[in-house]
Amino acid sequence: MNGPLIKAENIYKTYVSKAEKINAVNGLDLDIRTGDLVSIMGPSGSGKTTLLHILGCLDNISGGKLEMFGEDISAKKEGELVNIRRKNIGFIFQDFHLISSLTALENVELALCLARKKRDREEIVDLFAKVGLGKRINHVPKELSGGEKQRVAIARALAASPKLILADEPTGDLDSKTSMDIFELLVSLNEKEKSTIIVVTHDETLGVKAKRVIRLKDGKLQN
Amino acid sequence: MNLLKLAFKNLARKKIRTFLTAGGVAVAVAVLVSLLGFDAGYQKALGRDIDKMGYQVLVTAKGCPYEAATLMLKGGGGLRYMDQDVYNKIVKDPRVDMITPQLVDTVYDPDRQEGQGGYAMYMGIEKSYRKLKPWSKYKDGDWFSSDSADEVIMGYEAAEVEQRHIGDKIFIPGKNKVLTVTGIFERTGTQDDGIIFMPLKTMQDIFDQHGKLTGIGIKLKDISDISEFEEDLYDEPGIQVISLAQVRGTILNLISSAKVMTNSVAVIAVFIAVIGVTNTILMSVFERTKEIGVMKAIGASSFDIFKVIWLETTFICLLGGITGNIIALAAGNIVENTFKKILPYAPGGKLVYITPLLLIASLLGAIAVGMISGMYPALRAASMRPVNAIKSGE
Repeated sequence: MNGPLIKAENIYKTYVSKAEKINAVNGLDLDIRTGDLVSIMGPSGSGKTTLLHILGCLDNISGGKLEMFGEDISAKKEGELVNIRRKNIGFIFQDFHLISSLTALENVELALCLARKKRDREEIVDLFAKVGLGKRINHVPKELSGGEKQRVAIARALAASPKLILADEPTGDLDSKTSMDIFELLVSLNEKEKSTIIVVTHDETLGVKAKRVIRLKDGKLQN
Repeated sequence: MNLLKLAFKNLARKKIRTFLTAGGVAVAVAVLVSLLGFDAGYQKALGRDIDKMGYQVLVTAKGCPYEAATLMLKGGGGLRYMDQDVYNKIVKDPRVDMITPQLVDTVYDPDRQEGQGGYAMYMGIEKSYRKLKPWSKYKDGDWFSSDSADEVIMGYEAAEVEQRHIGDKIFIPGKNKVLTVTGIFERTGTQDDGIIFMPLKTMQDIFDQHGKLTGIGIKLKDISDISEFEEDLYDEPGIQVISLAQVRGTILNLISSAKVMTNSVAVIAVFIAVIGVTNTILMSVFERTKEIGVMKAIGASSFDIFKVIWLETTFICLLGGITGNIIALAAGNIVENTFKKILPYAPGGKLVYITPLLLIASLLGAIAVGMISGMYPALRAASMRPVNAIKSGE
């Protein structure tokens, strides 16, 4: 059994408005191990995306303890969190978020540049082949289909060889056939590359394909 | 891929906006370069005009010294007259190296400038006038045959305008006098180019100003005597003494209010350009909030984001600076002609003097404007929390 990559103990994320306090994440315990493929599922407003942002070091917790990659990151500031993200985390978003003026190849090269990592052109081309986008790497996003864009986003997430890949509704903007292809690509990356992947999804048929399924309701684990 | 290339690509994404913003900077830079070029060029041309007068002290009849100084430099009628006895007295002063009497007047000629009409300027001189200007050469012809000959020597431009050659006749409207062209001077780049010269006595006869002068140009043997010499002449009744160093200062004073106005316009243009660039880049940052959030999520530091936005602003301003310099160089003649029309006195020769140093300084200035303009938008972008930026618009 692999060691824990993420260990969350009784974590909270509280938003305070004038009228009320809302616990988007409400006393949650979580243990993610290297090589896991985890689906986070739940209804809208259950705290899935907030949890993903916390696990992506994009947001701080309001309470509890969070250890990631062997470090306590509960109270780290943005300047420190960016280094953790850069070294360890790759992101895949629902609406791809590729830079529209850059080609597929340049989007991946930019991610490498921002992560302060270098890869040969051949390695990047191999990476595109791995995600099933061998021939359209010199196209800008508007020339690509939704599925192709998401493959570029996956290649970008993998480029710096992160320890953890976080995918927020990666199939949300795709048709069912393409959604299945993209999810199977993530499963395959998990199996072949031993990538640790956490996927937030609404789609029950896809979510259950993960090794573990975490269900959230009102910021708490259901199972 | 690096941040420099990314900044370029970001600007290329919105070409029209980029070019319009750079256009605003270009206009500001063009105005600034033209005005600074004019400032340098005017002073240089004025110095050249004054130096080429050949004398250090000018004596005129009492009146407004500003008016006298300007009229003597740019030429024109309306000068007051003084008795030639003043000249006869000063010429005996042992401190005087060279001295030349002048009588200047203008006549309206309806046939001038291809029938549009215009003033022709005439100056009565003696041989000493040429001795004070040894650089003055004949393009054609020679000096008058006698001190009272009905002959003229034409300045280069005057001959061009009147289309006259040696031996041609000149008719002075209203004076019923026909004179013969005996010489044409080469171009000097001064007001002399536009003057029609004749012997002093002839001029006094034609204009009915016997024994009168409008000015006396004096060059001293020792320039250090100038203060004492001026002091002595102040006691003479009916005349005033103007040193050409004063003339330079007087004319610079005359145009200083115009300069304040034009420099204010330049400063306002630069200020508007800064606001325009800041606003454009700020809008661009707001439009790209989500993209900035994603870049931060995938590893960009706040400084990376700051650099990208700052580089974009600097590129726009550099592009504006280069374009502005090209405009300033191309529009130099238009600016020059405009200034010549609106200023009370414009020296001869080139007035807008744009040096390589000025061009380099304006480019550096444009880059500085870019850096200042980009500071706030870049800080706004850099300080965005990635989670808020990604969530924006949802």
